[in-house]
Amino acid sequence: MRLVILDNYDLASEWAAKYICNRIIQFKPGKDRYFTLGLPTGLPRNHPESYHSYMWNNFFKHIDIDPNNAHILDGNASDLQAECDAFEKKIEEAGGIDLFVGGIGPDGHIAFNEPGSSLVSRTRLKTLAMDTILANAKYFDGDLSKVPTMALTVGVGTVMDAREVMILITGAHKAFALYKAIEEGVNHMWTVSAFQQHPRTIFVCDEDATLELRVKTVKYFKGLMHVHNKLVDPLYSMKEEN
Amino acid sequence: MPPHKIGTEAQIVQFTNCRILRGHELIWEDLWIREGRILDPEKLFFEEKKSADVKKDCEGHILAPGFIDVQINGGFGVDFSLTHEDISAGVALVAKNLLAYGVTSFCPTLVTSPPDVYHKVLPQITVRNGSSKGAGVLGAHVEGPFISHEKRGAHPDSHLRTFEGDAFQELLKTYGSLDNIAIITLAPELKRSHEVIKELTSRGVCVSVGHSVSHLKEAEEAVRNGARFITHLFNAMLPFHHRDPGIVGLLTSDQIAPEQQVFFGMIADGIHTHPAALRIAHRAHPKGLVLVTDALPALGLGNGRHTLGQQEIEVDGLRCCVAGTNTLCGSVASLDTCVRHFLQATGCSVETALEAATLHPAQLLGIEKQKGTLDFGSDADFVVLDDSLNVKATYIAGDLVWKDKTFSH
Repeated sequence: MRLVILDNYDLASEWAAKYICNRIIQFKPGKDRYFTLGLPTGLPRNHPESYHSYMWNNFFKHIDIDPNNAHILDGNASDLQAECDAFEKKIEEAGGIDLFVGGIGPDGHIAFNEPGSSLVSRTRLKTLAMDTILANAKYFDGDLSKVPTMALTVGVGTVMDAREVMILITGAHKAFALYKAIEEGVNHMWTVSAFQQHPRTIFVCDEDATLELRVKTVKYFKGLMHVHNKLVDPLYSMKEEN
Repeated sequence: MPPHKIGTEAQIVQFTNCRILRGHELIWEDLWIREGRILDPEKLFFEEKKSADVKKDCEGHILAPGFIDVQINGGFGVDFSLTHEDISAGVALVAKNLLAYGVTSFCPTLVTSPPDVYHKVLPQITVRNGSSKGAGVLGAHVEGPFISHEKRGAHPDSHLRTFEGDAFQELLKTYGSLDNIAIITLAPELKRSHEVIKELTSRGVCVSVGHSVSHLKEAEEAVRNGARFITHLFNAMLPFHHRDPGIVGLLTSDQIAPEQQVFFGMIADGIHTHPAALRIAHRAHPKGLVLVTDALPALGLGNGRHTLGQQEIEVDGLRCCVAGTNTLCGSVASLDTCVRHFLQATGCSVETALEAATLHPAQLLGIEKQKGTLDFGSDADFVVLDDSLNVKATYIAGDLVWKDKTFSH
């Protein structure tokens, strides 16, 4: 794996953004050549905290993506299992995921693959763990009864099929999860650890997230930053080329 | 890339690079329009899977709802209270010229006139939507004749009336019909006014108190019966007194139910109200302030002698008086000028200044779901303003109906 450590949240975000930008450019997408970005999921569509609203306000409205190419799991579908199966099929039809971008929960989960999730699981309905519900309460005015308890999620296996995986981890509250994910063994209690067996994983984090790691680990990867930074050197601008 | 559009599908226009007034704030956000209404882009993206057909760059300007003027007596030589003119043509001319001031809807106002004038003029002031031909007409504002003799201002004495006799029927006979009337200004101290106010309110007419010597108690009674506007606060009413606040006291009255919001018109031209008085009124009841022009036929013309109804008036700069007197009788400041003056005099936020000419008049008339905001689903009547709130372009139902020469659209 690559472990990229930046000083703070803003720098980590910027680094990740530049990396994704470069990967898209390198891929040379075109009318029939789609760069598939995978992102974790979840809520009803027009809830202000819904995933649709989040993705629209923070991503889709700022880019010129064709709406037909934006696929989000619909938590309101009448047959949830069919919805999940269809999602897996769409990924397959698009040629598989080129880059999966995700975060990590305080309990070490990737997407909503809570502790105990199978490491070969596929897109399905999951009941959320109390840790996750507590973590999300802040989006619902701190009212635990308002937080959804179930979510549709891509499986660990689904993400493992992606050609590249990028995990963003910032903040001290995620430090223990990061430690479990990369310094201990592969364990279904900390599902992010599954990526130890993926050929191309990159973890982008800030200083605080490294607090539970061994000094040796941190020093080793910090020493590689000059190599990592080459990955975010600006390539040509696609707009200018066209 | 958006898919090829079939000719009959409605065009989706996206205004970008702008700050829009939404949720009482100016935010950097795009404005999406389709079929003359404001569109929810998130719904469009996820449910219809469509994107914009046309994008318009707004050069970083402000997009605000179109201005609404609920008190305007005429302009550009047109006097709404004169019968010998072709009223429809007159209203159309004013409507067209108001677009340059950012006004997208207005209430043509008639001053106190004899019944035959109302009978002739009112049927010709039809309620209609705006278009490239001019701003929309929301209905007439009839100011008088049921007003106070003492506070008639520039209104002709001989045509004042009372409700003695048949009260509401008297009013109906005077105006002919209530069909095209949006607002009626009357003096609540007149006998039997309260039953008239009740009846008018039940018929959906907005009742305003003004040109009155009413004390606070009578004014509160009027509000309880349905009145919800004060015509040009401070002007043509008893001055505020600390033991009898008069109509001005309605701004902070505790005798009014909270659901019965009272709005008040203010002519913020720097002449009708001292800036300090404007600030006091604004601070006392900011949500109720409605900017109006009370504009004269001389609006848009220069200095000199003009007419207003049956009276002659003298215009000097922004100051307009009944000829030969010092009685103020209306103004020649345009609504956008008033918005700028209001902003500068009160030091309020840009959002507040804009809402006083958009959201508040719409709320007054109960039309805030279609006009006065940039909320999803409302009519796409809006103005493009620079940072000093000068009008750069005016849009009605999503169509460009006026633009400044220097603007790119």
